Amino acid sequence: WPRVPGLGHSGSGSTLLGYIGIDTIIEQMRKKTMKAGFDFNIMIVGHSGLGKSTLVNTLFKSQVSRWSSGWGGEHKIPKTVEIKAVSHVIEEGGVKMKLTVIDTPGFGDQINNENCWDPISKYINEQYEKFLKEEVNIARKKRIPDTRVHCCLYFISPTGHSLRQLDIEFMKHLSRVVNIIPVIAKSDTMTPDEKNEFKHRVRKELETHGIEYYPQNEFDDDMEDKNENDKIREAMPFAVVGSDKEFQVNGKRVLGRKTAWGVVEVENPNHCEFALLRDFLIRSHLQDLKEVTHNIHYETYRARRLNDNGGLHPISANNTQESNL
Amino acid sequence: MSQAEKIKQGQFTNPETPGYVGFANLPNQVHRKSVKKGFEFTLMVVGESGLGKSTLINSLFLTDLYPERVIPGAAEKIERTVQIEASTVEIEERGVKLRLTVVDTPGYGDAINSQDCFSTIIAYIDDQFERYLHDESGLNRRHIVDNRVHCCFYFISPLGHGLKPLDVQFMKAIHNKVNVVPVIAKADTLTLRERERLKRRILDEIDEHGIKIYHLPDAESDEDEDFKEQTRILKASIPFAVVGSNQQIEAKGKKVRGRLYPWGVVEVENPEHNDFLKLRTMLITHMQDLQEVTQDLHYENFRSERLKRGGRLSSHGYVLSPAYGPEPEEMDKDMILQEKEAELRRMQEMITKMQAQMQIKPDGAGDGQHV
Repeated sequence: WPRVPGLGHSGSGSTLLGYIGIDTIIEQMRKKTMKAGFDFNIMIVGHSGLGKSTLVNTLFKSQVSRWSSGWGGEHKIPKTVEIKAVSHVIEEGGVKMKLTVIDTPGFGDQINNENCWDPISKYINEQYEKFLKEEVNIARKKRIPDTRVHCCLYFISPTGHSLRQLDIEFMKHLSRVVNIIPVIAKSDTMTPDEKNEFKHRVRKELETHGIEYYPQNEFDDDMEDKNENDKIREAMPFAVVGSDKEFQVNGKRVLGRKTAWGVVEVENPNHCEFALLRDFLIRSHLQDLKEVTHNIHYETYRARRLNDNGGLHPISANNTQESNL
Repeated sequence: MSQAEKIKQGQFTNPETPGYVGFANLPNQVHRKSVKKGFEFTLMVVGESGLGKSTLINSLFLTDLYPERVIPGAAEKIERTVQIEASTVEIEERGVKLRLTVVDTPGYGDAINSQDCFSTIIAYIDDQFERYLHDESGLNRRHIVDNRVHCCFYFISPLGHGLKPLDVQFMKAIHNKVNVVPVIAKADTLTLRERERLKRRILDEIDEHGIKIYHLPDAESDEDEDFKEQTRILKASIPFAVVGSNQQIEAKGKKVRGRLYPWGVVEVENPEHNDFLKLRTMLITHMQDLQEVTQDLHYENFRSERLKRGGRLSSHGYVLSPAYGPEPEEMDKDMILQEKEAELRRMQEMITKMQAQMQIKPDGAGDGQHV
């Protein structure tokens, strides 16, 4: 523990100290945040069969998603889009995280998928509303429970052609209320060349439709952030492969998919971009995802609510929605 | 080395370790953002003139917060009421930025009749809370400046036998609004024994009058022994008896900050001479906690009182845009006054009409309405 020098044992009045110890405040903050623990809420969206659950399990190296090959559950496609949130507390290196995975089965699976993002939009706004209500209470909780969606992983089908209409509509509508990270699912369907072409085409389409995916250009704080984020934006969407099975490759145990022609190694940057996604999402931008959600998306929601009808009223549903019944 | 310690040192285990996800790096991400953002801290100093407040502040932060200071004479002091003077300085150390605001209160306790000398101070503290509440409830919250007073050093004169009535009254008036840290000033006036006696006396009186001073939180069980010991020492030394100085004196072949007397040198940074280092350590290591207690306790108290009292509220207790103006009771009085005036006007109009009618009326009742 970094001690502020001079206390306790320097009985002889040592040399002039020019050091105050302000940088120890950082250490205090770190201790505080570690003690408090972290919440992280991630939503996964994409039609069924894209390996969403497997990918999330691979990301967090635990069975955190509902469907997972280990459960052997029935994969019945629901008739409407459902929102299913499951929480787990995972710990690593003394850091506790309450991870909530919000699954959206039924999305994009119906015959008529019009407005199938409405339940998702409604859920996201409901969490903002919940937080807002707590915030304006007269007697407030010391730590308001945070159920807001910090990140939405959107799974793009690896058709190799282009984005589907549904992809564009979803991302257009939702990129303004939540951080969207598009990923190309099951990318072991494509060769490296096909992959690059597809990524390039997808990025162009996103640009054409004005879809600001995370990390958004307009929220870069300074040059350092901008440079770092530019590199990431250029590399997105990440083409990923997920797996929770281990195989022996060159004497090492690796996560992968075994085929007759070889093993696709999930964490091998030559095989797919899973490692890039994981480093970006978890190791470097986890905190930023939460901050952008809180400082930008939530504030936007709050400002809108404050302006509606000149004040706050209890809310039943802020969005019109039609269910796919 | 334990995982926790490794994280503390900014490293983390080999990322290729199987089963390693990487969110253990989260504290580092938070760290990076905090360093970039920097910190704000507001410290208020209260005490009679001449207790060495300014010297102490300069000593604490190794800076000259009051470069062009002019000390007024007694005649000038008579007319003065308590002023509030806030000076802000930005200190950077090893990449960490601290925006420190020191709120001075010259004039406190100077007047012959000090009856009301602290209402200005209390109004200032409340003002900062009000401002923060207003900003927090507003639309643009990205860049809220936190000017709330996080800590108040209250200077006690070493010349008395304990707390003076003014000391007691003042501390009781603000102990629910700000973290109060009592400090015995100019401690070199006292011998060690006198110091101990005075400290005990003061603590007894604080107890007796139910004054709530700031309590250092106990060290967590997972802290190392050094820190626990340090916390014990700090807690046992309250109230801190301090000496401040910005002059460098040659003592025992070294340059130290101190005060040169014919009988010896009082060294500011010598823990055997006074509690200056302890005070500084306490302030720095508990800066975070002081802010937290201000936010979670004092501010929330203020906020709930404020919201219960007034401002424009919908029936659900949501603050729409808190009135930063007259109190609701006054507002009602204004409204009532206006209504009464309107009514009076109406009556006047009615009477004038009736009088006019009576003029027209053929020799009607001679006695009209007496207004």
